[in-house]
Amino acid sequence: MGTSSSKTPNDRKFTKTHEWVKIEGNIAIVGISDHAQHALGDITFVELPSIGKQVKKAQSCATIESVKAASDIYAPISGEIIESNNALETHPEKINADPFEQAWLFKIKNINPSESADLLDADAYDEFAKSE
Amino acid sequence: MNKTILYDSHIALNAKMAPFGGFEMPIQYEGIFAEHFATREKVTIFDTCHMGEFTMDGPNALKDLEKVLSCPVSSMKIGQCRYGFFCNENGGVIDDQITYRFGENEFFIVVNASTQDNDFDWVESHISSDTLLKNISKETGKIDIQGPLSVKLMNKLLKNPITGLKYYHWMHNIYNDVPVIVSRTGYTGEIGFEIYIDSNWTKNFWDDCLNCGAQPAGLGARDTLRLEMGFPLYGHELDMYRNAAESGFSKSIAVSKSFIGSTAVLNSEKQKDVLCGILLDGRRAARSHDKILNKSASEIGIVTSGSYSPSCETAIALGYVNKQFGTIGEKVLIDNGKSQLPGTIVELPFYKKSTARKNISEFI
Repeated sequence: MGTSSSKTPNDRKFTKTHEWVKIEGNIAIVGISDHAQHALGDITFVELPSIGKQVKKAQSCATIESVKAASDIYAPISGEIIESNNALETHPEKINADPFEQAWLFKIKNINPSESADLLDADAYDEFAKSE
Repeated sequence: MNKTILYDSHIALNAKMAPFGGFEMPIQYEGIFAEHFATREKVTIFDTCHMGEFTMDGPNALKDLEKVLSCPVSSMKIGQCRYGFFCNENGGVIDDQITYRFGENEFFIVVNASTQDNDFDWVESHISSDTLLKNISKETGKIDIQGPLSVKLMNKLLKNPITGLKYYHWMHNIYNDVPVIVSRTGYTGEIGFEIYIDSNWTKNFWDDCLNCGAQPAGLGARDTLRLEMGFPLYGHELDMYRNAAESGFSKSIAVSKSFIGSTAVLNSEKQKDVLCGILLDGRRAARSHDKILNKSASEIGIVTSGSYSPSCETAIALGYVNKQFGTIGEKVLIDNGKSQLPGTIVELPFYKKSTARKNISEFI
């Protein structure tokens, strides 16, 4: 619980607010980093965006709560929500266990992939997370 | 920022540290859930060296303590401990504490970390000139050993068996030739002990507990555990401005004596609210200062503590609710500014399988 230490994958980009975004064709998959889940501790609640919601890069679109605090999740890229990982609503602890694969948060369509150009790659993110 | 004598041990255990009550304290080691369940199911140790300890003795010590404490003191037998409040003249709570009766006119008082200096000055200003009040916090280490396996652990580490120790009683004991005080008290709802030990020996005792399989637990788990039991935390459920009687701890408020603040505490006109437990329908936590609304969305109270409850698997909260609405079964909404969380006022404790008061022989 809260102790996983997955290696930061280099098939995706990262925000300074600790979300990751993986672009597969026209779809962006979004989650939070291992560093973020570790800092939050045991995650107890998630509120995910509803399907069809328009999200804007850097705007809050979901909430994650741990025992101690509530944190906003910011969209790493603009577009429209096409799917949320509803299994997390009853098992939010999956975010602690597997933040990079099983516990993705939501998927976005109608994206402009160039919007992710200014996000961090894995090495730059690790460096940034370490300095925080 | 103060550090407890165990500070280096917490750093070595890779604890997440944060300030609490003027001390740099461990919030969690492995994780709040893991430490919470280790306390409910096995045994954990908490560094509570930040808390304050006073001794009080002299020919008028009993009489003086009756005056400054809300709970009855004369009825305590030597060997007993009792929970009670220091109140101000307005009936508010200066601090909550546990008094240990060491002798006819000899007492040991355990208070909160952040309030200890103020408590000391306040008590000292109200006692007789021949009553000696001493703050022994610096030379006294304190560790809480909590959970069903705590009985075996204590029997292993201490010279004299603790098997006869009853709930809210204390005894003298010996650890490695060092005299210690052990009480069957705690803040988790599980059977457990608090040990008071020379600060030079505190780290030895802590390490011995770890070597015997106890898991270290931080203030994060301490908070979820106490909240599931409905135990108050000073600064949240209790403060200078909230009438002590509103907390509902009627056993800790004597009606047949006069103590500082008793006129205000016992004045029912000053008791407008009642402390309630609220079981929320979902996992999202209510937080301190959220508003409590009734069915028709009128404000009826305020949340004082809230968290997801690992044992109840839903969110729980404590809060003060207007007496008229503070009844078991009342449906409420908690307004956190963004959304309204539905819940129900329930009987405390939230967690029903507490072992704290069970017969100690079940755990040997």
